[in-house]
Amino acid sequence: MRAYTPKDNVQAKSYYTDRYYVSPQVPKQDVDSDEVFTADLAAISAKFKVNEAYIQVGQMVVYINANDIYGVLEFMRDELEYTQLSEMSAIDFLAKDNTFEIFYQMLSMNKRKRIRIKYSIENGQAVDSVEKLFRCADWSEREMFDMFGIEANGHPFMKRILMPYDWQGNPLLKTYPLEGDEFAAWYEVDKIYGKEARDTIGPEIRDTARVDRYDSERFSRLGFEVPKGTEITGNEERNVESYQEDGGVFLIKKFDRDSSTIVDDPQR
Amino acid sequence: MAQHKVDYTKSGGLPVALTSIDKLANWGRSNSLWAMTYGLACCGIEMMAAGASRFDFDRFGTIFRASPRQSDVMIVAGTLTKKHAEFIKRLYDQMTEPRWVISMGSCANTGGMFNTYATVQGVDRIIPVDLYLPGCAPRPETLQYGVMLLQKKIRANTANKSQKPKRLM
Repeated sequence: MRAYTPKDNVQAKSYYTDRYYVSPQVPKQDVDSDEVFTADLAAISAKFKVNEAYIQVGQMVVYINANDIYGVLEFMRDELEYTQLSEMSAIDFLAKDNTFEIFYQMLSMNKRKRIRIKYSIENGQAVDSVEKLFRCADWSEREMFDMFGIEANGHPFMKRILMPYDWQGNPLLKTYPLEGDEFAAWYEVDKIYGKEARDTIGPEIRDTARVDRYDSERFSRLGFEVPKGTEITGNEERNVESYQEDGGVFLIKKFDRDSSTIVDDPQR
Repeated sequence: MAQHKVDYTKSGGLPVALTSIDKLANWGRSNSLWAMTYGLACCGIEMMAAGASRFDFDRFGTIFRASPRQSDVMIVAGTLTKKHAEFIKRLYDQMTEPRWVISMGSCANTGGMFNTYATVQGVDRIIPVDLYLPGCAPRPETLQYGVMLLQKKIRANTANKSQKPKRLM
């Protein structure tokens, strides 16, 4: 006889889960399939330890040790003609194995090839700055510090770049909620008015579709406007909205359609 | 020294003069609303279009000023980030009374589509707002209509009475 499983809350659960689901992977090729990459990888692995290397979508991915990053990028820039650092940042794998993966996307205009250098660091570990090799790494490493909290040793100005200097939290971590933690929710109120203003100003209203026709503090029905804070009963008189008040405005002529000449002949 | 025949403090002389000054001051204020350029995002482009020759804000007496000391109305056009919130408060405080604020577009009204950690969910959390313009982004005509409504609001208030300072708290 089958073991009984309670059927409560069955509608809240997902209807169907594929227990054999395999997330699609981008196919990897061996480095041997490309002559240029084979030569590059041989040159790199002659001087540095290469943990893994493969080709993905026409680009070579090379895993190295974290300590070698400065030497590898310097070697690639000076010897292998990979003169541009297109992009660099980190990927949050904290939930998987408590590591960050750091990647550096290198471009060679002469060879028309791209190589991605990767390595993993533990949570809380710092990386070596490559700002001396590539000026563009200056802001990228600051952004990495801002968004992930990964510091770069040897960086000339290791401060936040996007978020304010007094911000707490690293927004690109997967554990960081999109709508912000409590610090983020009250940041501007705390900074401008102080913590005691929280009760007066109130929490953020995050539902942008919220409509309350009986709330005259925040909403006004077009054509039935009442002064702010008035109790709305639903029997409001219709306001005919016009630019000018009845009787006109002091020293300003009201536009009178009847006494005006309307030129509607474009060939006049 | 000649004796004045009209005693302005009696027989209703003074109130009549005061209501006229009231109207005159409101007429002046409502027809020379100098706006502070506060383009924060794409609504700023519509605000610029409203000021340029096709829509021509100048005919309402609205001239964009780059200084809060010279402007009467702050048109907050665009997304207000939390990093920028303290500066909008500072610039609002630098404007002279009487001052008004128009919140232009969904982002300035409620945070709009940016339901994120970095966006202020409506500028009325920072500064008091007189007029909210819906739209993403509002057309320049909407902004001009909003300024017209603000003019109407200014004319409806008394000018000589010291206005109650608008503040959030």
